[in-house]
Amino acid sequence: MTVEAITITLVLITFLIYTGIGWWSRVRDTSSFYVAGQNVPTVANGAAIAADWMSAASFISMAGLVAFLGYDGTIYLMGWTGGYVLLALLLAPYLRKFGKFTVPDFIGDRFYSNNARAVAAIATIFISLTYISGQMRGVGIVFSRYLQVDIIVGVLIGMAIVGFFSLLGGMKGVTWTQAIQYFVIILAFLIPAFAISFQLTGNPIPQLAITGSDIVDRLGQIQVDLGMTEYMAPFTDLSLLNVFMITLALMAGTAGLPHVIVRFYTVKSVRSARWSAVWAIVFIALLYLTAPAVGAFAKYNLINTIADKPLEEVQDIEWVNKWETTGLLQFNDLNGDGEINFTSGENNEVVIDGDIIVLSTPEVANLAPFVIALVAAGGLAAALSTASGLLITMTSAVSHDIYYRIFNKEASEKQRLRVGRMTLFVALLIAAYVGINPPGFAGEVVALAFGLGAASLFPVILTGIFDKRMNKEGAIAGILTGLTFTLVMIGLILSESIFGTDGPIIENFFGINAQGVGIVGMILNFIVSFIVSRNTQAPPVEIQQLIENVRAPEVDDKGEIAATKED
Amino acid sequence: MEKQEGYKTLDEKQKRYWKKNLRLISGLLAVWALVGFGGGILFAEPLSNVQFFGISLSFWIAQQGAILVFISLILIYAIRMDKLDKEYLDQVKNEKQSNVG
Repeated sequence: MTVEAITITLVLITFLIYTGIGWWSRVRDTSSFYVAGQNVPTVANGAAIAADWMSAASFISMAGLVAFLGYDGTIYLMGWTGGYVLLALLLAPYLRKFGKFTVPDFIGDRFYSNNARAVAAIATIFISLTYISGQMRGVGIVFSRYLQVDIIVGVLIGMAIVGFFSLLGGMKGVTWTQAIQYFVIILAFLIPAFAISFQLTGNPIPQLAITGSDIVDRLGQIQVDLGMTEYMAPFTDLSLLNVFMITLALMAGTAGLPHVIVRFYTVKSVRSARWSAVWAIVFIALLYLTAPAVGAFAKYNLINTIADKPLEEVQDIEWVNKWETTGLLQFNDLNGDGEINFTSGENNEVVIDGDIIVLSTPEVANLAPFVIALVAAGGLAAALSTASGLLITMTSAVSHDIYYRIFNKEASEKQRLRVGRMTLFVALLIAAYVGINPPGFAGEVVALAFGLGAASLFPVILTGIFDKRMNKEGAIAGILTGLTFTLVMIGLILSESIFGTDGPIIENFFGINAQGVGIVGMILNFIVSFIVSRNTQAPPVEIQQLIENVRAPEVDDKGEIAATKED
Repeated sequence: MEKQEGYKTLDEKQKRYWKKNLRLISGLLAVWALVGFGGGILFAEPLSNVQFFGISLSFWIAQQGAILVFISLILIYAIRMDKLDKEYLDQVKNEKQSNVG
C-alpha cells in the first residue's frame, strides 16, 4: 500500500469512530445540547478541553513556529499554557458556581443588562469565526497533501463530518468525540517525536534529549554558520518588550476564550471544574513540552537535508517533491550556482511554510508509512475537534444568548433546539466558505482574536467575579474601550494586509506589535471600568448577593460539600 | 440552582474560607509571574549564561520549566482547595453537633 492509501484508510477509520460516538451520544434537550447535561466525568472533560484547545495551530503550526523563532517561540509555549493558570485559579471554579450556560449568559446576568449580553455574544461569535478559518486551513493542507484531493473537496468532507456529529450530538456528542480525538492527537504527535528523538540523539524521550544531548548546541552552531540567528539566544527575533506583551496577551486571551471557558460548565461541581483544569493542563502539556523538541529536531534534520546541497538532488527526494507541488515549499536558485542557500535575509533561496514542519517530520526522518498516516489523522483530529467546539459555542451565542434571552423569552425547548441546529448549519456554511476562500491574513486574524479576548471578555469576567462594586456601566464602558482601542491599533499596524495600504499606517504602538497590543487594551479596560463603576450606582442587592454566594464553599442539597464526594 | 433568599453576607467561617482562598491564589500567581515573566523573559539574558544540563537555563525555563511549573500550580490549587473545602465542612459539622448536644 502506498503512503496515501494507508492515510486514507486510517483517516476513514477515525472518522467512522467519531461519527459513531456522535450517534451514540445524540441528544434531545437543550441542556445537553449546550453543556452536556453537566454529567461528563472529570478526566474525559479534561481530555475534551485539551482536544478543543489544541487546534491545527498547536498540532500543525506551533513546532514549526518554535523551530523558526528559536528562543522567542516561548511566546506560544508559555502563552498558550500559562493562560490555564489564570483560568483555573481565577475564572473556572466561580463561573461553574454561577451555573450559567454560556459566557454571554454570565456577563448578561452578572451585569443585569441585555446590552452587555449582546456585546459579549457578538465578541464570542467574532472570536469563534476567526478561529474556525484557521482550522479549515489546517484541514485543507492535510487533505491536499495526503489524500491528493482538491482543497475544496477536502474542506467539504471535513465540514460534513463536523456538522453531522455536532448537529446530532450537541455538546455531549462533541465532548465524547473530543475525548477520543485527544488520544488520536497525542499519539500522532508523540510517536514520531519519540522516533526522531531516538534517531538523532539515542534517547527516545524528547524532553530529556534536548537537555541530555548536544543537539540544541549543534543546531545553534549550524544556524550561526549558515547566517541565521542563534537558536538558544533570547530576543533575536522579537524584542524583550514584545515577547513579554505577546506572552501575556496569549495568556489572558486563552483565559478569555469562550469555547474554552464553556467547558467548565460541563462538569457537575466546582470541585470537578478545578480538577478538569488539572487534567486539561496535563494533557495539553504533553504536547507543549514535546513541541519545542520536535521543532529543534525538525529544524536540524531539515537544514542537514537541504542546506548547501545540489538543488536537483534535493528535488528528487519524494517528500520534497510532494510538498513543492502544494506550494508550501519553494526553492529559488537566486545566484544560479545549483546549490541551495538556506539562510536568513535576501540571500535565502528556500521559502518554507512553517505549517509543514510537523507534517513533514516523519518523512524527513524516513519513518514508517503508518506513522506518516497517523500524523495526518492527528492533524485532522486537532482541526476537527476545535472546529466542532467553536461551532457549538457560536451556535449557543446566537440561539441561546441572542434569540432566547433577548428576543423570544417564551421560546419552547423545541424551538430553541431548532434555532440552535439552524444556526449551527449556517455557521457550518460560513466556516466552509472561509475554509475554501481563506482570508490572506489568516495569521493576523488569529492574533486579533486573542488580543480581542484579552482586551474585552477577560477583564470583565474577572472583575465580575472579584469586584462586588463593578456595575453594568463600568463593564460596558470597559469592554467598549478595550475592544475599540485594540481593533483600531491592529487595524493601523496591519493596515497593509487588511486594508491594502502601501505599508503600515503606524509601525507599532510604542514598540508593541499587533499581537501584543491587546494587553494595552486590557489595561485600559480595567482602568476605565474601575473609574466608571466608582462614579455610578452600585449594582442591585440581588447581584451583590449572587457574588457573595459565589464566594462561599459549594454545598449541595443535602448540605454536603462536593469535596467529600468521589467522582 | 437559583434560590430565592434575602440579602445576607457570608458568615465568619465562610469569610475565613474566602480569605484563605484569596491568599492561596495570590501566592500561586506570584510564582506564575516570577517563573514565567521573570525567569523566562525579564531575566532571560543574564540567565542564558547559566548552564542547565548542557543548555542555557533561561532557554530551558522558557521552553520546558515554566510549563512544568504551570502544571504544578494548577495541581496545588486543586489539592489545597479540596482540603479547604473539607476543613470548612468539618467546622460546620462540629457546630451542628455541639448545637444538638
